[in-house]
Amino acid sequence: MSDIKLAYQLVGVSKVFHQKKKEIKALDLVNVEIAANDFVSIQGPTGGGKSTLLQMLGLLDNPTNGAIELDGEFLNELSEAQLGELRAKKIGFVFQNYNLIPTLSAIENVETALVPLGIDKQERHDLALKALEKVSLADRANHLPSELSGGQQQRVAIARALVKSPKIILADEPTGNLDESTRDEIVSVLEKLWKEEGITLIVVTHDSAVAKRAKKHLYIKDGQVSLKA
Amino acid sequence: MFLTYLRRELTRRSKQTLFIAFGLAVAIGLVMVVNGAAGGIKTAQDKVLSNLYGIGTDVSITKTDTSFSGGPHQFDVGGKTGGTGTQAFSRSFLTVQPGTGTLTSAYVQKVSAVAGVSQVVSTLKLDSLNFSGQLPTFNQSTGSSTTGSTPIGGSTSLNQGGQQAQGTQSRTQQGTETGSQPAPTFGGGQGRGGFDGNGGSRFNINRMTVEGISTAAGANKIGPLSTVVVTSGRALKPADAGSDVAVLDSTYASGAALKLGSTLTISATKFTVVGIAKSTSTAATTSSNAYIPLDVAQTLSGKTGAVTNVYVSAKSADVIPSLKTAIKKLDSVATVNTSSDLASTVTGSLSTASSVVNNVGTWLSMAVLAGAFLIAILFTMSGVTRRTREFGTLKALGWKSSRVVRQVIGESLVTSILGGIFGIVLGYGGIALVNALSPSLSGSLQAATGFGGGDRGGFGGPPGIRQTTASVVNVALNASVSPNILVLAFAFALLGGLLAGVFGGFRAAKLSPAQALRSVA
Ligand SMILES: Nc1ncnc2c1ncn2[C@@H]1O[C@H](COP(=O)(O)OP(=O)(O)O)[C@@H](O)[C@H]1O
Ligand SMILES: [Mg+2]
Repeated sequence: MSDIKLAYQLVGVSKVFHQKKKEIKALDLVNVEIAANDFVSIQGPTGGGKSTLLQMLGLLDNPTNGAIELDGEFLNELSEAQLGELRAKKIGFVFQNYNLIPTLSAIENVETALVPLGIDKQERHDLALKALEKVSLADRANHLPSELSGGQQQRVAIARALVKSPKIILADEPTGNLDESTRDEIVSVLEKLWKEEGITLIVVTHDSAVAKRAKKHLYIKDGQVSLKA
Repeated sequence: MFLTYLRRELTRRSKQTLFIAFGLAVAIGLVMVVNGAAGGIKTAQDKVLSNLYGIGTDVSITKTDTSFSGGPHQFDVGGKTGGTGTQAFSRSFLTVQPGTGTLTSAYVQKVSAVAGVSQVVSTLKLDSLNFSGQLPTFNQSTGSSTTGSTPIGGSTSLNQGGQQAQGTQSRTQQGTETGSQPAPTFGGGQGRGGFDGNGGSRFNINRMTVEGISTAAGANKIGPLSTVVVTSGRALKPADAGSDVAVLDSTYASGAALKLGSTLTISATKFTVVGIAKSTSTAATTSSNAYIPLDVAQTLSGKTGAVTNVYVSAKSADVIPSLKTAIKKLDSVATVNTSSDLASTVTGSLSTASSVVNNVGTWLSMAVLAGAFLIAILFTMSGVTRRTREFGTLKALGWKSSRVVRQVIGESLVTSILGGIFGIVLGYGGIALVNALSPSLSGSLQAATGFGGGDRGGFGGPPGIRQTTASVVNVALNASVSPNILVLAFAFALLGGLLAGVFGGFRAAKLSPAQALRSVA
């Protein structure tokens, strides 16, 4: 195992939420390794801790306990701003609700991912257009999210995730709001990216049809992660 | 991306943008109108004051006659015993207005010597009364007077000072005089004898205000003549000292059918009219009906060396308060007013408007401004809350908090600039409206200040006489926009935007991306 390059290594990671004096252990001593360029699915019942785990992987929140290593770098000592920089550079997000900026056009939405990287306007535009081409939406570049279908919006979101050539793409229920044929289309887009761009793809899903496409399967229930065959 | 995003937000969420901008616009428009109106009122007050007291007068001094006894001026109508028919008589008085005290020339000298005094002009304000007519011979024993006759007080005295005269005075009109100015008559007490009306007794009472004025060069710089222009003839000049010449107020002159070269009788002395003058303001008459050399006025009224009004100009505005204190020390009984003291003595619709605009207007605009700020802040903050997911997403993408905050403040500032522009347009509109309506305000002086005749005299002149002694001035309210208020209005709008942006931005900065994304629902 040690000769395989790791994207993530989680050691004893716990996340405790306090709600109305009650402690909720969303993650309970999680130990997980994810290899670079792997395609991982995360399944489990609602409230099991899937999104919480993905937030830890996405550096959106700090664990209550334990250590997370990204690309061989410990994250514990990093400041909010440094975590932000790492996210900007290395991690692309795809959300169930697409989370596009409603007032910006498709291409401008894609460009928002390049803003923190200090890329100049022209290059930003070119890169964004290329990313839209990869998800076959270049012809809708100037449409507002509200003028696009759910599947198209999710493809814009995928373009936004991939435009910065990230090491990792994290997707939380990316097909949760989509019908079956659109779901297959989105999964295909993600799978193609994984193959062609050499990224680590981690997808949280309810849907076993989506999970099936992954190479490695994690199951999480009551904050406990297990490996599924 | 900053500008693109900002433009997109403001245009695509134009309702919110316009609502906030409009709130700020109304508020600063109101601030402008209130300020413009207040400025207009200030100008109107200055106008009124300068009409009543003269331009350039910083301190004016008068004295109330505390020793005033109210004793009757008695005069003998010259009725001889026996005989029938009528006889002509004529009497005239030239006296200081009742209740008005005089100041001595020595006092004026001392005032001139006070440090900080630039110029001193003093005048002697007098009431001239010509009383002439036909009297019947009469029987002293006749009882009560009849309506339609002309009763005169028991001792045939003209009660010129007593408060009590006010209550008992009666006024009748003789048939022959219908349509002309009613001649007032005086009753000192009914039933105590008097004329019977048999002979058709008839009076003419001619009352006018006469002001003795220094003929020295420069005496028109301050005081009553400073707001006067000579329209025909000439002003009094140094050589006029001791001469019986007069300059008349044009309104009085035309009312009395007097013109240049006419002869005018004051206290049985014939004066030649050498000039006609009118107030520099179209709205007002000058402070007195006639102006004569000071020494002549003093001699005729038997008040050698005395003056009633002293006008002082200061070397600079900041010495006025100390000047006032120093002058007060010279004579503790004298009334010493600065121009700002006098502003508070103006009454009438002008002072009502002034207090409405300065109190209600200021509070209202402050309240509306606060309301608009609150609206801007609350809407911006709720806008940030509504965009929690949007900002959370941007933070997840690696946008620094500062960049998100900058976006919020930027949007808010641009909104407030729009509000500022709308508001200035609104403000100009409101001011144009005020000026189109151009409400006419009148200012008058409380008699308690001691000059302008006052209400203390028991002498009841015909209505309108007091007006011609110039204590009421009408001016149109004219609001204007000063460059300062434009800057201030815009600064208010920007401040509102900045506050809203800071509050909204603070909320945006606090958002954690994880929380933001969880708020999906
Ligand atoms: N911010 C939070 N505050 C309190 N409880 C939370 C918070 N986030 C998640 N939880 C709780 O943690 C548990 C795991 O949630 P989550 O990771 O969203 O589950 P999943 O995505 O598998 O449905 C749930 O019980 C949820 O209620
Ligand atoms: Mg979830």
